[in-house]
Amino acid sequence: MSIIAQYGDVFIILACVFGFFMAWGVGANDVANAMGTSVGSKAITIRQAIVIAVIFEFLGAWLAGGQVTETIRKGIIDASLLQQEPQMLVYGMLASLLAAGSWLMIASLKGWPVSTTHSIVGAIVGFAIAGLGVDSVHWNAVGTIALSWVTSPLIAGVFAYVLFRSVQVLIFDNPDPFAAAKRYVPGYIFLVGFIVSMVTLVKGLSHVGLELSFGESLLLATAFGVVIMMFGLLLENRINRGERRSRGQYDFSSVERIFGVLMMFTACAMAFAHGSNDVANAVGPLAAVISVVESAGSVGGSSAMPWWVLVLGGGGIVVGLVTYGHKVIATVGTGITELTPSRGFAATLSAASTVVLASGTGLPISTTHTLVGAVLGVGLARGMAALNLRVLGSIVLSWLITLPAGALLSIMFFFMFKGMFG
Amino acid sequence: MVSTNPFSALFGRSPFQPLLAHIVKTSECAGQLLPFFDAALSGDWEAARGYREAITQLEHEADELKTQLRLNLPNTMFLPVSRSDLLELISVQDKIANKARDITGIMLGRNMNIPDLLAEPMRDYLRTAVATVDQARKALEELEDLLESGFGRNVSDVMQTLIRELHELEHQADDQQIAIRRQLFQLEAELPPVDVIFLYKIIEWIGELSDRAERVGSRLQILTAR
Repeated sequence: MSIIAQYGDVFIILACVFGFFMAWGVGANDVANAMGTSVGSKAITIRQAIVIAVIFEFLGAWLAGGQVTETIRKGIIDASLLQQEPQMLVYGMLASLLAAGSWLMIASLKGWPVSTTHSIVGAIVGFAIAGLGVDSVHWNAVGTIALSWVTSPLIAGVFAYVLFRSVQVLIFDNPDPFAAAKRYVPGYIFLVGFIVSMVTLVKGLSHVGLELSFGESLLLATAFGVVIMMFGLLLENRINRGERRSRGQYDFSSVERIFGVLMMFTACAMAFAHGSNDVANAVGPLAAVISVVESAGSVGGSSAMPWWVLVLGGGGIVVGLVTYGHKVIATVGTGITELTPSRGFAATLSAASTVVLASGTGLPISTTHTLVGAVLGVGLARGMAALNLRVLGSIVLSWLITLPAGALLSIMFFFMFKGMFG
Repeated sequence: MVSTNPFSALFGRSPFQPLLAHIVKTSECAGQLLPFFDAALSGDWEAARGYREAITQLEHEADELKTQLRLNLPNTMFLPVSRSDLLELISVQDKIANKARDITGIMLGRNMNIPDLLAEPMRDYLRTAVATVDQARKALEELEDLLESGFGRNVSDVMQTLIRELHELEHQADDQQIAIRRQLFQLEAELPPVDVIFLYKIIEWIGELSDRAERVGSRLQILTAR
């Protein structure tokens, strides 16, 4: 008890610093994967991608990030075991942040495909086992999270497959694909706006102080969808039929330009989804530390999370993106040369939807893996020229390595803090 | 500092680009046959040698592309088309370039004289054969485009049209071949027998050029039929 009172400010400052470090890592590395498809399909430039990412990552973190933060903060470990020694939770959370941040940094330097979500979950589980015993972990919660790493790419994959097939049937198989694209693309834009705003309104906004019933949310989401659909129509009207090619009736390059408009919206949705899910990885432990210190040691108290915590997390992501992430976006974006807007759209929208849905239910999932699942889904619909399946192996491998690595680092830091503060 | 991003690494190199590059080389290679033939007709064997070298060079480059494609088609790649169909297609394409080189080889090696009566029909015949190869190239260019749509229903329509045109060109070449053979048959008695044998050979090979181009079309049909 006295330790918390004595070092309370130090803990909060440390937590903020480490949380920011972690958020920086997320912004520097993970965002690039989220924006890669959009840049790779040449629908948006790298500069536009950064502007979109900065705005929508922040909005996603702030508006819809609350639920996942809750899971990271309280869902994984049994806080009631810590009533006697609340400082243990503080050490643990600090250690987790530092461990996950460091691991992300190492992995980025080495170019390993690790997931920020894996790092933080592994770190929290690690310190809990070492510091508090195996029983302190909510194993069924961890199981649900682990299961979601399999199901989320699966869901995104199925969704992407269906989405791309629908594009095939509605647009590409149409005798006049250009006219069909003009007709149906606004519908897809509506879908983007509707899904994102629906999940945000239903699950996310309570901590901002906005309580809406389901009906009201539905109405608002529909209205929002219509508004951005109008906006999309405005953009779309500027696209004209291009030079007809020799075998002119199927003018796919103009069709792709219409999809380019759609891609702008899905890129926003993706950034929003990513912000809502991944900012929690940095902010969750930070919020836990703050709540312990503020309530002077009462663990598991339901003190409201200060609003500036999510802002700090969102800000960290933005700083990471601006200082370093643009380089990664450039690498990822220029690497994906085989991606056209129609394929990129199907992959990005389905990944984004899966991620926002997961954020709504509070599940921390890996954005990268979801996107990979979505890309495979489009590939199965015969939409990709070539996919390198060996990469899947490396992703699974990174999944296996990241958990124990995060755990080990976190245990190390945990005992370091314990030694420093007693 | 990020050497391999899992995400960009997931996208393998499309095999359709090298396939297209290969047929472009092949059709360039076949295209050189026309000036070669004109040089041979006018008896300018110096110029003919130059064209022959260009053809050999292009054939060599096409070979290189074929090898590259074969080597870069690992088993871990997930493709929207069958791997064996792709390999089959590239080897059919490759045979076109080989045949073009063989034709120049024999004509140049024997300093072959084409009888004046046959010169014009044979030039037309060769032009048709080269056009068939060009048509095969167009079909592949179209495939590249169609890939974007994930091979929808339109693919079969487009392919059908292209392959029909290809077939018509090949048919035209066949007709020309028959006419030329008939003409040659009438001249046979006046020409040295060995020359006649090789003239028949050249006529046959030019026909094979368009045959193989047509086979590219049918391989494409198989490729997109799944």
